[in-house]
Amino acid sequence: MSTNLVLLAILMFAVTYPSRAVGLLTPGLDRLPKIAFDYLQLVGPAVLAALAAVSVMVVVGDDDVPSFHVGIEWVAVLAALGIVAWRRNLFLGLVAAVAIVAIARAAGLAEIPA
Amino acid sequence: MLAPYPPMVTTDVEVRASRRTLLADSGGLAVGAVGFGLVYGLAAREAGFSPIEAVAMSTIAYAGAAQFAAVGYVAGGLAWPGIILLTALLNARHILYSASLRPWLREVPLPRRAVMAHLVTDESYALSISHFRRIGRTDERGYWLAAIGPDGIFTWILATLAGVLLAAQIPEPERLGIDVIFPAAMIGLAVGLITGRRELTAAIVGAGVAVGVALVSNVSIGIVTGGILGPLIALLIPKRFAAGAAVPGSLESEPGP
Repeated sequence: MSTNLVLLAILMFAVTYPSRAVGLLTPGLDRLPKIAFDYLQLVGPAVLAALAAVSVMVVVGDDDVPSFHVGIEWVAVLAALGIVAWRRNLFLGLVAAVAIVAIARAAGLAEIPA
Repeated sequence: MLAPYPPMVTTDVEVRASRRTLLADSGGLAVGAVGFGLVYGLAAREAGFSPIEAVAMSTIAYAGAAQFAAVGYVAGGLAWPGIILLTALLNARHILYSASLRPWLREVPLPRRAVMAHLVTDESYALSISHFRRIGRTDERGYWLAAIGPDGIFTWILATLAGVLLAAQIPEPERLGIDVIFPAAMIGLAVGLITGRRELTAAIVGAGVAVGVALVSNVSIGIVTGGILGPLIALLIPKRFAAGAAVPGSLESEPGP
């Protein structure tokens, strides 16, 4: 059984723990400029949205060249977005997204990724 | 930004009542966390993680959104330095939580605070800070209940393990649409963090820049660029137009750590 990614988990811990600990373990963090706090507040939405958008809109071919992609995944992700915004329930959004893609692929309306 | 101690006195009975409220809230969140942990385990397995790797990620990194992101990065063949940089960016929000908890936990001995730090998540923060504000003083046990209670780290780890083992029983996960879990989870988590125009702008600009840059360079550069430029552009929105200032811990939609 592979354990290569355990090292990645440790490295992820190494960059996450300081964020979690710096405020609890060191005094004076509140003296950082307010704009720094404002910026940090905005990083989460930006990175997550970037990940989602790239994941559904960009595919990388065998030649390593990225290209724009349109597919059923757009519908699924938009449905998840709408459900989470409406119901404040991520799990429900995920279930809906998976169901849309599964049904579309089963009905032959969407390609199954290689 | 930092929560001051409100001038109030609470009895032990009130503290216990507040702990019960905390546990009830944690139980509600745990339902979502179990589901989210399951789909994380499924997605991790689909991306080629072994059960040990998936569970190690949930135990050591213990950061739901970043873990989901890492699954996508690994599946997409992104180099580790890129994964680590994006993890750091994604988890930078914990600085806010940690700084906000300090006034309530500063009397706790340093070694225990060091352990507490690993357990700071969107949920443990939201549960514990609400508890502290209800009772108007610190309560170390309350923090531990938030961090290792029903919606805590052990639930997340067990749900991950269940998801990984379940995934092994599914022969063709793509046919079931498992591959869409990652982008759907990312957008759902982003929605949970959007509490005003600035956050919305950061998300839209981040997404747009990421796709644009990814198409002309590569995917990892696109994501990093979007993640850095989105917030910068959003900061240009004057404060008076940024209705609904973001409040750490208002992340009802993210059920995992």
